[in-house]
Amino acid sequence: MKKSVVLLMTFVLALTLAACGKNNDGGNAGASPSASPSGSSDAGASVSGSFIASGSTALQPLVQQVSEKYMAANDQVSIQVQGGGSGAGLSQVAEGTVQIGNSDVFAEEKLKDADADKAKSLVDHQVAVVAMAAVTNKDVGVDNLTKDQLVSIFTGKVTNWKDVGGKDEKIVLVNRPASSGTRATFEKYALGTKSQDLPGAIQEDASGTVRKLVSETPGAIGYLALSYLNDSVKAVQYEGVEANADNVASGKYPVWAYEHMYTKGEPEGAVKAFLEYMLSDEVQNGDVTDLGYIAINKMQVTRDVEGKVSNK
Amino acid sequence: MNLPETRPSADPATPRNAPATAGAPAPKPAGKAAKHRLEEWRGQAFVYLCVLLLVVIIFSIVVFIASRGLTPFVSQGVSVKEMLFGLEWAPEADHPMFGALPFLFGSFSTSLLAAIIAAPLGICAALFMTEMMPKLGKTILQPAIELLAGIPSVVYGFVGLSVIVPFLRHTFPGQGVGIMAGAIVLSVMILPTITTIATDALRSLPAGLKEGSYALGATRWQTIARIILPTTLPALLTGVVLGIARAFGEALAVQMVIGNAPHIPHSLFESATTLTSIITLSMGNTTTGSLHNNALWSLALILLLMTFLFVFIVRMLERRSKHA
Repeated sequence: MKKSVVLLMTFVLALTLAACGKNNDGGNAGASPSASPSGSSDAGASVSGSFIASGSTALQPLVQQVSEKYMAANDQVSIQVQGGGSGAGLSQVAEGTVQIGNSDVFAEEKLKDADADKAKSLVDHQVAVVAMAAVTNKDVGVDNLTKDQLVSIFTGKVTNWKDVGGKDEKIVLVNRPASSGTRATFEKYALGTKSQDLPGAIQEDASGTVRKLVSETPGAIGYLALSYLNDSVKAVQYEGVEANADNVASGKYPVWAYEHMYTKGEPEGAVKAFLEYMLSDEVQNGDVTDLGYIAINKMQVTRDVEGKVSNK
Repeated sequence: MNLPETRPSADPATPRNAPATAGAPAPKPAGKAAKHRLEEWRGQAFVYLCVLLLVVIIFSIVVFIASRGLTPFVSQGVSVKEMLFGLEWAPEADHPMFGALPFLFGSFSTSLLAAIIAAPLGICAALFMTEMMPKLGKTILQPAIELLAGIPSVVYGFVGLSVIVPFLRHTFPGQGVGIMAGAIVLSVMILPTITTIATDALRSLPAGLKEGSYALGATRWQTIARIILPTTLPALLTGVVLGIARAFGEALAVQMVIGNAPHIPHSLFESATTLTSIITLSMGNTTTGSLHNNALWSLALILLLMTFLFVFIVRMLERRSKHA
């Protein structure tokens, strides 16, 4: 008797596991969005529903922290925050497998050519600004780099720090992979051109790893979001302008990008309420600033998809 | 169920307790038989179902990867020749290029180098555990080596980045990252595979073979070198090939220490990359269906085909060892 019970339980377990496996498979292929927002916006102040936000790992800590606070205040809402990268987030939200796609870049920059229609169906919610600074190992002896100098360094025309006013030391590039949103921002606004994957250059995607490598490798240069800066690396000025929140907000320091949360069509119910909370002063002046992002309401300039900057 | 060792006699012809319960001896054994048949059937159905599920899962994985991975060749204008022999990988450039040879080179060189480091270590550890000090080996060395298999790869990667990369940077010219750093990390990771398979092979060796050698006056070293190692060679090689396969597929730990420049390096201490590390680095940042994304699936397909090749080699080695 006992044996058959055990057998039965194993059977059930196997079936459950099998079902899980199949679900994942279907999720990848873009099938049934089982967790669609069931929020009823007409229910007055209280919202309910569950949804998933996935994508950019640069934005993930902020969304994670804010979602936990939001769920604590609204126990009818359940939010799942996942990483995966900006590209994955945009694909998934366009397919409808998740409700919010987090991205470091405009959807139009990722979803091009055949996918351009997908980008049109997405609605942009800019929730924060992230700025990047070029960082070097502490021993290179350079405080400021001009745009031309950075271009020469990242395209391999200059290979020694003495050519840009530093010590006689070989330059070691710590770049990001070609698909990275951080790299796209740095190339677009700091270099104005694409950098190259040079032989001998290091490529890492994770900011923590980039910082570790730059701080330990003599002659290394890389770039980091301001929230990752600390004493182990040296942030250099760009065209004589220091990378800090005030200079970004006033438009003096150009190397920054919006953090986007895309929805497919206009958001409703719980998703809408959450995005509104994200843009509230409480979050913008609290969590956003605490985590090293720049609050969207502090920005005195705006920028569009083409990179045109205008005063607010 | 409570009839010990007399199951055959439980059929109606010779019921042991028939005199006592003379009323109805027939239905009870019949019920038992039906129960056994049901048990048999349940077991069989369960096994068949599991196997069916397994086949479906494997088949769908292969079909999925192949359908994505073949798209760049079929409809997006990338040639197989460019993918396999091209030296330039620039997927986001204005004229995208998809030369994966640097990745193939990186994958093969790191995993072969890892096997060259790990094979002597693993096989010697197995010899020590089976031939020299079985007791110490079984109680201390074997659990210690098996523990290595349980450490998550991100931990290996982080240890590699914090210990091995700085060490190599200070000791050799270069940045520390590169094929050597990747191979060292991988060699520790595949040590349990090689050691476990070698130990099993050595343990299953017929005792008579060794005793015969000793009886002829051979020393322990002569026995190991001339009898034990040649006899178990195919099994030892199986372990090494499985180790290489594991190293070939490892992504995260290698990605953290190899540097990831998409070029064939000039030295073991220069930034290089592997098939797996370029996939983990770029997959999340690309959108489904884009050429870049599909090209990464093509790399995954190459990885899958390499795995098939490794399985094939292992099969061949096993057949050899049976004939020997």
